[in-house]
Amino acid sequence: MALDLTTNGLETLDHNFVTAKVEDVVKWARTRSMWPATFGLACCALEMMGTGGAHYDLSRFGMEVFRASPRQADLMIVAGRVSQKMAPVLRQIYDQMMEPKWVISMGVCASSGGMFNNYAIVQGVDQVVPVDVYAPGCPPGPETLLHAIGTLHEKINDGELFQRREANGGAGAQLTVTQLDGQRAPQPVILGRS
Amino acid sequence: MSDTNAAPAPEAANEVVPEPETLHGHPVTRYFGQRVVHVGRTELVGLVRTLRDEQWVQCLDLCGVDYLAHLQSDLPAGIAPERFEVVVTLISHAARERLRIRVQVPADDPSVPTLFEVHPGTEAMEREVFDMFGITFEGHPDLTRILMPEDWEGHPLRKDYGIGRIPVQFKEAPGA
Amino acid sequence: MTATDAPTDAPTHLTGEGDQEMAPRAMAGGAEVLREVGSVLRISEAEAAADAPDAETTIINMGPQHPSTHGVLRLMLELDGETVLRTKPVIGYLHTGMEKTGETLTYLQGGTNVTRMDYASPIFNELAFCLAAEELLGLELPPRAVWIRMLMSELNRITSHFLFLATNGMDLGSTSMMIYGWREREEGLRILEMITGLRMNHNFIRIGGSAADLPDGWQERLGTYLESIPPRLEEYGVLMTNQPIWRDRLQGVGVISTEEALALGATGPILRSTGYAWDLRRDLPYLAYDEVDFDVIIGSYGDCFDRYAIRLNEISESVRILWQCIERLPEGDYRIQDKKVTPPPRARIDESMEALIHHFKLFTEGFKVPEGEAYAAVESPRGELGVYLVSDGSATPYRMHVRGPSFVNLQTLPHLMRGGQIADAVAIISSVDPIMGEVDR
Repeated sequence: MALDLTTNGLETLDHNFVTAKVEDVVKWARTRSMWPATFGLACCALEMMGTGGAHYDLSRFGMEVFRASPRQADLMIVAGRVSQKMAPVLRQIYDQMMEPKWVISMGVCASSGGMFNNYAIVQGVDQVVPVDVYAPGCPPGPETLLHAIGTLHEKINDGELFQRREANGGAGAQLTVTQLDGQRAPQPVILGRS
Repeated sequence: MSDTNAAPAPEAANEVVPEPETLHGHPVTRYFGQRVVHVGRTELVGLVRTLRDEQWVQCLDLCGVDYLAHLQSDLPAGIAPERFEVVVTLISHAARERLRIRVQVPADDPSVPTLFEVHPGTEAMEREVFDMFGITFEGHPDLTRILMPEDWEGHPLRKDYGIGRIPVQFKEAPGA
Repeated sequence: MTATDAPTDAPTHLTGEGDQEMAPRAMAGGAEVLREVGSVLRISEAEAAADAPDAETTIINMGPQHPSTHGVLRLMLELDGETVLRTKPVIGYLHTGMEKTGETLTYLQGGTNVTRMDYASPIFNELAFCLAAEELLGLELPPRAVWIRMLMSELNRITSHFLFLATNGMDLGSTSMMIYGWREREEGLRILEMITGLRMNHNFIRIGGSAADLPDGWQERLGTYLESIPPRLEEYGVLMTNQPIWRDRLQGVGVISTEEALALGATGPILRSTGYAWDLRRDLPYLAYDEVDFDVIIGSYGDCFDRYAIRLNEISESVRILWQCIERLPEGDYRIQDKKVTPPPRARIDESMEALIHHFKLFTEGFKVPEGEAYAAVESPRGELGVYLVSDGSATPYRMHVRGPSFVNLQTLPHLMRGGQIADAVAIISSVDPIMGEVDR
């Protein structure tokens, strides 16, 4: 006897079912709880932690849990300058992450070597790992980082990210966002009881 | 507070020629009020040990300078300028003063005795000087590269080591 | 040889509590004062990787990517079970060649380079660099410029110490402290943005003064911020300082003695936590610190709790200094009006050809600094931050060496960890508060 859902105590539930395509559900799940790996290297790391703070709050995107273990992370935000000694470590962490994985190159040092065009800094982490979104700034403020994360989510949702990856061969999607800081005078913010 | 070793010079006519300032027998020059002692490699450790036992309790900093592109012009008489220099900064908390010690290090034999026994805090600083300039420190417990990868070749802060710029092509950002 | 008169005049403005005399300490020795059994692991990569099945101790590797939020520091720990025996801090993962880069940048550009070393307190790097260059140039700054610099320094000290409180809390498991610390920092960063234009890495302290004057309304904005801080600090007193878990985890952990700290060159809160009262702001005053009232906080036991408490109280002291700055900031020029080092005001560039040329030359070629060498140091939140500048008379420094306090303070790490549990390792690193940017430069 087939189980008849409509008569087994579940009569009132038919408005609680949502039907969708599998791909959409997968994309929804991926974007709504993308866990970053802790890869804060230098000054950008402080702005990344600020983005996780109370005012800019990554938690509303499900991203406040920065996983220390790369095996549990989906997103690697390379925040800071990558030195020659650090590059193999970066690659090792990237390799340990499980598919699907994304990379945001935060800041100009990670995107292109930044102001340090010298022997010690890798001129862009795209020499080491495939980058999906470049966020410019030195450092990019929390607003720019949120814009980059939002762009990543959006492109995953409309499928463009994987299309761009295929188009770029082995490299990542290589989207560049605009910097959104300093657009207006900084408003005072004193949160909490006072 | 001044540590001049000077005995008043014999007067000659109407002139008094001041003795050059020295500290424990080593010539001293002054830069903006701060004393700089010039000492040879062999006497460095002894001097620093004596100074430490007096009042110069901490070694703040030990760094190297490569004078390849611009030979020093400010050394006192009797000190021959060499390619490298090791600069040690000491501080006396009681006298509230800093003291700089400059040691000339020749290019063909870039080696200086270590200050580790006197000031263990120089361990990392000497490793950095070794890494960046190639100056070895005799008696150092672990003289290996500290900033560059262990298998790096070359000493980056030397003047004949290029900065390593890559030519940058400025082009439009890939279609946003 | 004329014997040096041993200075016996202890500073009279120290209180009697603790009674730290400033007479020269009879140093027992250099390497000998360090714990005899040895704490520093000196071993190459190859030896560490080689298997030693009969060994009773394990060598584990922590980092450079690890949960402790202190940047790319790698530790090789030799463990006997859970007890840490010897440690080797491995650094260099953030080496940026900044000293070499500094040799190619003019003195006007130098600030942008130096400011990224200690990126948690960028103003101090710029300040030390400018003080050293100004010594070479022989500049005398107008009082307003000096006080503005002092104001920025203390504001940056507050944001840096809040960062310490946040990361210290996070490393010990208190994620709420992380959020609170960043909440406090947020307004501080916005005030810095209002004044300098950037939240971090400001390049605001320039040779001759600061890049711009303080904007209108800064007193109210800063005053509101300062008023909000003391009640918050009391909250942290309840959340952390008086809380048994916090005390158990930090008291008695990572103890260092004054002799060891002096021998290793440690400065800043680490040295002060041992009870030794040495603060450059009071003992070798620079800027206008001799004209403001503040106390130097010292600890008694040299443990992690003392370092935490020192930094917490230093926030209060900085708030005190800032109130005095708000009240007493002198009028005048924010930058020395010396044509050689100060670019002309932007409005004049439209009017005067000379100003345009002058501006152009200053920003492309830079101004030449007389030959010589100078060392200038400031009391950064981590210790003595010094810059040793050698000039060959050209527009770029010949040698720019930065004495990063964290670089030297990191040498205390093996000695702090010796004999402790591995679970305390993160707490100890956190209490040393290293910023890897200035460690590796």
